[in-house]
Amino acid sequence: MHRLLPLLPAVPLLGAGLLVAGGRHLPRPVAEAFGCLAAATTAALAIVLLPHSSPALVEWVGGWFPKGGESVGIVLIGDGPSLGMAALVSLLTLAALAYSWHYFDEPPRGHAGTFPALILLFQGGMCGFAVAGDLFNAFVFFELMSAVAYALTGYRIDEAKAVQGALSFALVNSLGAYFMLMGIALLYARTGELAMAKIAEGLNAAAGHHGPDALTLTAFVLVLTGLLVKSAAVPFQFWLPDAHAVAPTPVCMLLSGVMVELGVYGVWRVYGTVFSGPGGLPAADVTRTLVVLGVLTGAVGAVMCWYQRHIKRLLAFSTIAHTGLFLIAVGVLKAEADDGAALYILGHAGVKAALFACAGILLDRYGTVDEFSLHGRARHLRGVGATFAVAGLALAGLPPFGTGLGKAVSEEAVGAPLTVVYVAASALTGAAVLRVAARVFLGFGPRPEEREGEEREEDKTSGADEEPETRQRLVRVPRTMGTVPAVLLAAALAVGVVPGFAGLVGHAVDEAGTWGVFSSVHWTATGVLLDLLSTLLAVGLALVAVTRPGLLSAPEWALPLRRLQSGHVGDYVAWLLVGTTLLGALALPAVLR
Amino acid sequence: MGSESAVTAVTHVLPYLVAAYVFLVGCYGLATSRNLIHAVGCLAVCQSATYVLLLAVGYRDGGTAPVFSDIRPGSRPVVDPVVQALTLTDVVVGATVTALLLALTVQIAKRHGTVDPDELRELRG
Amino acid sequence: MNPRARLWLVVLGGGGLAALLVAACLRLPAFGGPWHPYGDRAVRAALARHIANTIASVNFDQRAFDTMGEMTILFAAVLGCVVLLRQARDEHRDPPEPCEVAAPVRRYALVVLPIALVTGLYVIAHGQLSPGGGFQGGVVAATALHLMYLGADYAALERIRPVEAFEIGDALSASAYLVLGFAGVLAGGAFLANTLLPYGTFNTLSSGGTVPLLNAAIGMEVASAVVVLLARFLDQAVEIEEGSGS
Repeated sequence: MHRLLPLLPAVPLLGAGLLVAGGRHLPRPVAEAFGCLAAATTAALAIVLLPHSSPALVEWVGGWFPKGGESVGIVLIGDGPSLGMAALVSLLTLAALAYSWHYFDEPPRGHAGTFPALILLFQGGMCGFAVAGDLFNAFVFFELMSAVAYALTGYRIDEAKAVQGALSFALVNSLGAYFMLMGIALLYARTGELAMAKIAEGLNAAAGHHGPDALTLTAFVLVLTGLLVKSAAVPFQFWLPDAHAVAPTPVCMLLSGVMVELGVYGVWRVYGTVFSGPGGLPAADVTRTLVVLGVLTGAVGAVMCWYQRHIKRLLAFSTIAHTGLFLIAVGVLKAEADDGAALYILGHAGVKAALFACAGILLDRYGTVDEFSLHGRARHLRGVGATFAVAGLALAGLPPFGTGLGKAVSEEAVGAPLTVVYVAASALTGAAVLRVAARVFLGFGPRPEEREGEEREEDKTSGADEEPETRQRLVRVPRTMGTVPAVLLAAALAVGVVPGFAGLVGHAVDEAGTWGVFSSVHWTATGVLLDLLSTLLAVGLALVAVTRPGLLSAPEWALPLRRLQSGHVGDYVAWLLVGTTLLGALALPAVLR
Repeated sequence: MGSESAVTAVTHVLPYLVAAYVFLVGCYGLATSRNLIHAVGCLAVCQSATYVLLLAVGYRDGGTAPVFSDIRPGSRPVVDPVVQALTLTDVVVGATVTALLLALTVQIAKRHGTVDPDELRELRG
Repeated sequence: MNPRARLWLVVLGGGGLAALLVAACLRLPAFGGPWHPYGDRAVRAALARHIANTIASVNFDQRAFDTMGEMTILFAAVLGCVVLLRQARDEHRDPPEPCEVAAPVRRYALVVLPIALVTGLYVIAHGQLSPGGGFQGGVVAATALHLMYLGADYAALERIRPVEAFEIGDALSASAYLVLGFAGVLAGGAFLANTLLPYGTFNTLSSGGTVPLLNAAIGMEVASAVVVLLARFLDQAVEIEEGSGS
């Protein structure tokens, strides 16, 4: 079975190659069906491999098996989390392709198959990153998914916002990748190895009894910077709303649903495999670093999410808030918290992709994603409205959705003080989505007014007057576009209710983790109560916001926070540098002992 | 003797420090750039720092290229071939990403009529 | 943020980063040291498979999976540029006007073109023997064609490089690399296993098993990719005009 691991990236990549070579003379439905077939084959491959992942599948590409414990080849790891991520990536890719089926306007003309080919390349990059067991190989696939994502984000070149957002995304993420490469070079110099497990051995041998030194610390900070830029942790997060607000909807589903989470997965993988030994970083310092960043990310994401009126941007900030929660769970370095994060990521992928899919329908139907100007206009889109509202509740953590289960399990593991962050962030992001649902699909409350007095720069990013992504405005919602969000939401529900599924996920994550502990994952009374609390808070906040808009309108103290999101790539780079320094400062006690 | 060992100490780290300096200069340029084409260039500078660091890490005193078509294997020390392969990968990655960035810059120049990041007025708040 | 505030952030963040990097540099093994375990193993593995250029062995055999990713990034960037540099809705194409080229320039370009092209192909073909290989040779071969632009004009260049054919060539050679990888699995071995062909005689063109084939696929891919990339950018500069005229 391990022989098949390299095919996880290779199948979609070959699909893309063939699609570009032969696609231009194919009719569009054939090209799209071929794209779906390649994505589905990869998904099937990942799901077939999953039951064989205990003990983990290990493959040396090219047959370079280690001799005497040493190899010159590249190792791939097929354990529960890596294959699970590959499966999630592939299924979500399939959903995105189905959503864009036939309706998504796909220039350039005469190049049928270009869009599905790019999506397949994106899938290949993400699958390759998920199964990488070699640090440089992980960097290569990291760059592949980034490069494709830049092109996909700027896909609609006729829009000024799209190209600007794509360039900010590309500059910041590429810089982050070079930080990571500098870190890899330092680790190679110290250990003479590139396979993650061998680097860890080398670090342990070099550290002896002294523990980590400045080189280990710097390498850790540099590699982490690259991964945290991808996972949009504060203060590396600025590129994400800009990119998500402008990318085509099927691309947003993938960016928010899995690509950002792969950054968190990368943090988990790299810390667990490379830096968790005696030569790596002590657990207390890593926890301090990741939890501080996670709390900041959750808070900034949730507050910014609440003050958006551009619906796609609002969803983007909610992704930031949730990434913060995943980071906290990964950061406390406990088996149970890892399980919670895994379930939360699975549930969140379905919910967030469904929300973006609904926002895309609004865009294609009305040519705007502005909460204010859409007030009451989507009353007759009942199915879409119901999906959107239920997804909002699920985002807030309504049991028995997978998001609720993941949240409950994480809360149990991280302890009481951090639970406050979970409840607050999920309630606030859920409330923002419910507020939009009540206004747009039900027409509740007074029509929101533009701010009186002078118009501020921050209010111009409203999402009004956007170009639909379909060839012309939709008159009725095509069946594929309506079904995909419902299916995604059902999948998020299944994560929480299918008996035994959560236990399987938890077992697979614990087995792959470094803690050597197995925890049982299930619903608890406290967890359900906390989930209900955040859901009720979300509903309450949304109701107040809709009926008494004055009470919860943007206070002056939130303005400086919004001003930081300046759209200026130089600012983003400056914050990236500050973030690296912050990481270094937070982890510094590791070398002072 | 003292000054001699100081000189060796400097030559033992100087190439690494050059890489660090090039990286920092690239970051500074990227953050303060007034022109997006210049910013893309600064990113390439940051990337050059990774080449310098990788190749410096792989150097061996008195080493030659690890190509044995004209030297007998084992007759001379050779530098680390792995970092050279990594650098080649890095060069290709950098060139392609630069192409994508410049393509986006071309479109920004057309849609916004400027390549000065200070004058791009979208995506705030 | 105003430039002054940004500068303060850069000084703060850059200062911290500088401290980290310098501290790490001081702890690195001394420059030029003899300890390169992976490199030594790579040299032995290359010689065992009769490959004279160790770097080619690392790229196309030992770490061929990295090269697969790298090649795909190039392929993706070409596809991305085709998408990003397409003709926008409010643009039209103007056929480029023929222009005069000074006679010495024309003579020089036309003489050098075949030489450069052959050099590129030579560098590709000798990838596993001497410095160079598919990536380097591919770029030389692709740029050789563009001497036609200098020596004649844009129309002449367009005649000798039908972009559509090169786009298909790019995709086919990328697919060929992947198919060679799949061949290893189909033959019952590992993905990208270099066990399908005999390793041949050391220091000859046919040595190294599948390495020359993978190298050739990369050479084709890079040459086609660079031609398409340059074509897209030249199109923007020469042909595509703003305003939806004629």
